Amino acid sequence: MLRTKQKRTEQAADLRLQSQIGEEERFGDLMRRMARENKTAVISFFVIILMVLAAALAPLLTPYEENGMDLLHRLSAPSTEHLLGTDEGGRDVLTRLLFGARVSLLIGVVPALLSLILGAVLGAIAGYRGGIADAVIMRIADVMLAFPSMLLAMVIMYALGGGILNVFLTLTLVNWANVARVVRAQTLKLRSSEFVEAAQIIGVSRNRIMRRHILPNCLPTLLVLFTLNIPASILTESSLSFLGLGIQPPNASWGLMINTGRQYLYNTPWLCFAPGAAIMLTMLAFNFLGNGLLDVLDPRMQKQ
Amino acid sequence: MSEYLLEARELTKEFPAAGKKTVHAVSGVSLQIRKGETLGLVGESGCGKSTLGRLLIRTLQPTSGEVLFRGQSVTRMKDSEFKPLRKEMQLVFQDPYASLDPRMTVRDLVAEPIETWKLYGSREEVTERVRELLRAVGVPEEFLHRYPHQFSGGQRQRIGIARAIAANPSFIVCDEPVSALDVSVQNQILNLLKELKETRDLTYLFISHDLSVVRYLADRVCVMFLGKICEIGPTEEVYEHPRHPYTRFLLDAVPVPDPAARGKQIHLLKGEAPSPADPPSGCRFRTRCPYATERCAEEEPALQEEDGVRAACHCAGKW
Ligand code: SF4
Repeated sequence: MLRTKQKRTEQAADLRLQSQIGEEERFGDLMRRMARENKTAVISFFVIILMVLAAALAPLLTPYEENGMDLLHRLSAPSTEHLLGTDEGGRDVLTRLLFGARVSLLIGVVPALLSLILGAVLGAIAGYRGGIADAVIMRIADVMLAFPSMLLAMVIMYALGGGILNVFLTLTLVNWANVARVVRAQTLKLRSSEFVEAAQIIGVSRNRIMRRHILPNCLPTLLVLFTLNIPASILTESSLSFLGLGIQPPNASWGLMINTGRQYLYNTPWLCFAPGAAIMLTMLAFNFLGNGLLDVLDPRMQKQ
Repeated sequence: MSEYLLEARELTKEFPAAGKKTVHAVSGVSLQIRKGETLGLVGESGCGKSTLGRLLIRTLQPTSGEVLFRGQSVTRMKDSEFKPLRKEMQLVFQDPYASLDPRMTVRDLVAEPIETWKLYGSREEVTERVRELLRAVGVPEEFLHRYPHQFSGGQRQRIGIARAIAANPSFIVCDEPVSALDVSVQNQILNLLKELKETRDLTYLFISHDLSVVRYLADRVCVMFLGKICEIGPTEEVYEHPRHPYTRFLLDAVPVPDPAARGKQIHLLKGEAPSPADPPSGCRFRTRCPYATERCAEEEPALQEEDGVRAACHCAGKW
């Protein structure tokens, strides 16, 4: 189960085309096969759905308000009234956690999506056009990849300042290069495939070939990259917020909650443990789902 | 207007290969195709048939020589000048699995050429035209929204043919269109191609390694060996009186049902086929030719015409 992100990205890049195994699956079949072969992935899938629902329905699930201060009950221990206790402002930790899930999930999904789109388009252009476009795009990507991503994120956040939009922007800038590299590799494979030659003979323009043939056939890979990028983004944001560079108070994000809870770690450890556990659960769920998808989409795995 | 629909003049295509070698895929091939005829192109795999087919429709540019379409040199045209001619020349692929995008429905696959060339305006008109084409190639219209993997090889090939004819081309290269299919389906596809040729005024270059298939379809046949034409002429004449030893060899390799007839079969070729990266001097066939003489090693035989058949052999028909 434990594969490094690097290794899984490479495996995703190597996903053989569905056409080559002469089989194309609908989403339903895919889930069914995954249910058969990889229970953890399916459980993870439902955990994620539950989490999304909890985040979306947060105001209905809790009687407290996100920033409802109650200075009489500061730092109280978990009780039936406050299942996970209260923080230094007397705010209900469970409520903060639910609202924080909105921010953290958003931070997982939005930059993952944006970097996916940016990386896919640039990677496809680099792979399909070749030449100068390829050289320019890939050199920029190489430079981005050469930096440790955390360091890069810190530098950009420091330059831009905090706030959720800047977090989106930063995480997108940090993640697109990897996607571009993978999509470029796939595009090179697709470019020499027979159905692309067929489209060329028909007279389909290069842009249209890219949109209609190359990108859709990169979808399985993109799906896997998406599930792998989400936990990475959440973790990076948590670290940024922990360092005071990410989401700014009074908004709640899990990283920020750990940051503020840190001061009271000795007496009221739940302030850190609750958001820490939430981050861990989310990361594991997305990672397991990503692994499951990778296994199901990889024909080499199917034969085993 | 030229008398020929398509003409190749001294077409040569070389590919760079490992170790600074060049593969001479096609070497100085000249041939003519009349409007409405089917020219069969036979030879072993690797003899440059597919390369020649792709040179003729300008999906490959020749190293030297030129292709004339309706008397105009398409080789010298700029891309923008060639563009309107692109839809005139189409290709039917050998492998109906690899040549259809697995993520597109039949409707979108067949509509692609129509939309590319904006032959019809509205979506409904395009779909109606797709239905017509599916009827024409014998794919049930109900399958409009299915994906390629839901079809058999034969039906996929029909879809491939529908795509090829969708923009009303005048010339189609069929690159081994039935060799990936079950024998039982082969005949259906061949008949379909024959029928479409009549109803749609098409001209074919029919590439195959299967001589019986070519005999069934082709008006004239061209035999290639290692990038060169050995023999070209009317199908019956070539099959009945082969003038080139290689043609003879290919014909003998076809299984003969009648054991008595086998007595007449001559030579089976010995030795490795020479590599196109390093063709022999003189006649390229000489290392495998039982009739090779010294002259064959020194002098390359030119195509010589006799009774409407042109053959490239120093002792054509006299062996
Ligand atoms: S030219 Fe010579 S070697 Fe070539 S086919 Fe004729 S007889 Fe054989």
